[in-house]
Amino acid sequence: MTTSLTARKAPLRPGRVVLHVFLVLTCLMTLAPLLWAVYASLRTYEDTARNGYFSLPESLTFENFANAWTTGDLPHYYINTFVITLPAVLLTLLLSSMVAFGVSRFSFKFNLGLLMLFTAGNLLPQQVIVTPLWRLYRLIEVPEWISDSGSLIDSQLGVVMIHVAFQIGFCTFVLSNYMKTIPHELTEAARVDGASVFRQYWQVILPLCRPALAALATLEFTWIYNDFLWALVLIQTGDKMPITSALQNLRGTFFTDNNLVAAGSLLVALPTLVVFFTLQKQFVGGLTLGSTKG
Amino acid sequence: MSEKTAPEEAPAPRVRSRRKKATALGGADKLVLGLMLGIPTLIHVVLVWLPSLGSVALSFSSWDGIGGFEDIQWVGFQNYVDIFTRYPRFWPAFQHNLIWLAFLLVIPTVAGLFLAVLLDRQIKFGRIYQSALYLPMVLSLALVGFIWQLIYQPEQGLLNNLLGTADNNPTNWLGDPDINLYAVLVAAAWRHTGYIMLLYLAGLKSVDPALKEAASLDGANAFQTFTRVTFPVLKPVNIVVLVVTVIEALRAFDIVYIINKGRNGLELLSVLVTDNIIGESSRIGWGSALAVILLLISLGFIITYLYQVFSKENRA
Repeated sequence: MTTSLTARKAPLRPGRVVLHVFLVLTCLMTLAPLLWAVYASLRTYEDTARNGYFSLPESLTFENFANAWTTGDLPHYYINTFVITLPAVLLTLLLSSMVAFGVSRFSFKFNLGLLMLFTAGNLLPQQVIVTPLWRLYRLIEVPEWISDSGSLIDSQLGVVMIHVAFQIGFCTFVLSNYMKTIPHELTEAARVDGASVFRQYWQVILPLCRPALAALATLEFTWIYNDFLWALVLIQTGDKMPITSALQNLRGTFFTDNNLVAAGSLLVALPTLVVFFTLQKQFVGGLTLGSTKG
Repeated sequence: MSEKTAPEEAPAPRVRSRRKKATALGGADKLVLGLMLGIPTLIHVVLVWLPSLGSVALSFSSWDGIGGFEDIQWVGFQNYVDIFTRYPRFWPAFQHNLIWLAFLLVIPTVAGLFLAVLLDRQIKFGRIYQSALYLPMVLSLALVGFIWQLIYQPEQGLLNNLLGTADNNPTNWLGDPDINLYAVLVAAAWRHTGYIMLLYLAGLKSVDPALKEAASLDGANAFQTFTRVTFPVLKPVNIVVLVVTVIEALRAFDIVYIINKGRNGLELLSVLVTDNIIGESSRIGWGSALAVILLLISLGFIITYLYQVFSKENRA
């Protein structure tokens, strides 16, 4: 099929056939681990216990997904994750776009230093930060209605804050590069018309940054959703854990139902897969925006 | 507010240069701009840079973290000396991080570059191939750990069954400390390759086709064109790939933690640091010294990256 379609465009060359065969095989190998997980998740425990995983199925069922959903209490953990992810993404974009606006529209002496500070901060390994941050969070007292632990430790606010602080670095870098491509005449015209700095930012520059903001929102959503370390270290009550960390609940201490774990893993991956398939252009755009500039 | 500031600014353009004009601001605007720059900077500095410096300071101390700051004892380089000479988990972890780095620098980079070159042309289904190869990138390393465990199981896993080694004395891919690091690295590389391919694809798109045409007119074959013309133009991408990979290798944590909490052949520096917080032994000074070692390794690469990215801007 592949070859007959290419044949219409160019004369059929053996090189093209080899190329397509190679690419199809590579793609299948890349997808194999996921497909294997899908296959395992669709089979019952009894089936695989009797016949092994490497066998034809007796029947296929969505039972494991329903089971993982209820025994893993997944809805609860999805909510936990979104309570952290959504505010973190919004705040990251808001704060980083402000800094990017400042350094790209005004020529302060400290612009370059500030950008370097943010970019370097984003590249630090999290473990360099984690020990003192944990201490710092224990010291910061917050009212009971924000966190029942009385400090930023074991609070979702604390996790949101470190995500924001960390991710501002990357987004500022990307957005400032993007804003530099917007002509200065636009903000100058707005200023001549009497627009304040904030209106230049909010009504002139930000709307023009929509493509970059969409790309970053997609990326940041995936990254923060996928976080494992910050929640593991900063949250102590299992009940408040985000979903990636909660997956461990599906594994028993002495016995693990792998079909159930496979179904749970796929359910956890689902939101990021949906984002990837619907917003792939933004996702890819965000990564290349951040890396090939400069 | 905007009404008021405009007249103050008005005379500026006549006397000042174009560049200066941009910074001539009224009081309210100055305040707003100060907050717009100040609040994010404050958050970033307090939560990222302050703790990093804290790690450096605390690495010279002995502190169990229970008492107040007045209980901190300063012990100089003692933590470092102990880590280098008497901590049995350190050198294996250090070595594993180096292997991790070398493996990720070679396998996904070569594979990613190769696939990018193949896909950087008009071919049928090019988009579909790209999507399939990018896909693992959206999964967290923790999930990669869960998914690959299904493949590596001794008796039931896909790999041993495909190799025909499942029945008698199956290979314990994740349990055998001699090979489990490499098994995990294959899984990590699986996720990393798509990212590298994406970076190179973007880089290849920016290579001027006229360069390649000129080379082929001069009689260069495809391989020569690539090594002599295309690859040198990709230098900025190469540096990004290098830095991204190094940072990824130093941060590696989730996947080994999911598989066996980073023990039995899967020790990494990041695991040793984290063990000092969530593990039983809370030794702040000790954990900080380990973190500083991690920081020192990454700093060289971070500076290289900053130089690459910002040296151009300085000139502009």
